Amino acid sequence: MSTDPKPLRIGTQEFRSRLFVGTGKYETYESMRECLEASRCEVVTVAVRRERLIDAQDRNLLDFIDTKRYTILPNTAGCFTAEDAVRVARLGRDILEQLENPGAQWVKLEVLHDKKTLLPDPVGTIEATRTLINDGFQVLVYTSDDPAMACRLKEAGATSVMPAGSPIGSGQGVLNPNNIRIILEMLKEGDPDYPVIVDAGVGTASDVTVAMELGADGVLLNTGIAHAKHPAAMARAMAHAIDAGYLAFRAGRIPRKLYATASSPVENTIIN
Amino acid sequence: MSQTDIRNTIEIQLNGEPFAADVPATVASLVATRRPRPPFAVEVNKQLVRRPQYETVTLNEGDVVEIVTLVGGG
Repeated sequence: MSTDPKPLRIGTQEFRSRLFVGTGKYETYESMRECLEASRCEVVTVAVRRERLIDAQDRNLLDFIDTKRYTILPNTAGCFTAEDAVRVARLGRDILEQLENPGAQWVKLEVLHDKKTLLPDPVGTIEATRTLINDGFQVLVYTSDDPAMACRLKEAGATSVMPAGSPIGSGQGVLNPNNIRIILEMLKEGDPDYPVIVDAGVGTASDVTVAMELGADGVLLNTGIAHAKHPAAMARAMAHAIDAGYLAFRAGRIPRKLYATASSPVENTIIN
Repeated sequence: MSQTDIRNTIEIQLNGEPFAADVPATVASLVATRRPRPPFAVEVNKQLVRRPQYETVTLNEGDVVEIVTLVGGG
């Protein structure tokens, strides 16, 4: 078996890195830039917000992101209705078209239910998915780890289904690996390259590895790096974690057994 | 004269704040006045206004305008 990672194909694009990194919550833009570099990511997520008409330092996120190097995935974070998510997606596309960034055709769709859990609203999510696909978007959809909902989103034409490992920013990792397993099995049946990306909840490197060992095609995270004590060091750890999990999944792990099996020969010992 | 002066502006909502725009007001004239830093996108009454339409989309009293940009997010 080749150990060379296959490129990740999402819609019309291919990537070597399977880690998508958010650009929010860093202490400084410089720290963010350093973390993106250390993570070796090729896709970064951004949010769409009101232009601050007065900005003391006159610095913009985009001064710190090489838009020729990274594919920018605009999100609809903060939207609680399908209508608002569609508005934000269209605004994001308008900006990315000006930048001539390949992310212009993409949206990371989030239609949230409430501010406390940030769980997705399933009805609004499916409605916005359909509207945006009709509008020509490739829709990468944030959803819960509900396999039925994941199937519905794929059927609706989502370019990628992105189940949450655990609530956004919670750092709890993959709380229900069985649901992620079932989602992967269902969405990849007869369509093994359909991209499923675990989005949200990652707290540390092992969480990324767990997601990849389950067979996910990639992981999207933000807070796990941005709020680590040493963000750039964590970004580097995440880059290793994604490779480790990807390779381990393809290598095929041994089955779990209740009792021990000796690694050294049991014959010809000098004992008796 | 003062009454004429009052009629020379309209009040719109710009990014959630009241804003007096000189008439005739278009998206282009608003952008020229406020000078948002590119890249940005504009929405009037929840409808995206694309760049080629900036000159032709006129603003009316009470219109809700959003000028947005990209910020850090996950």
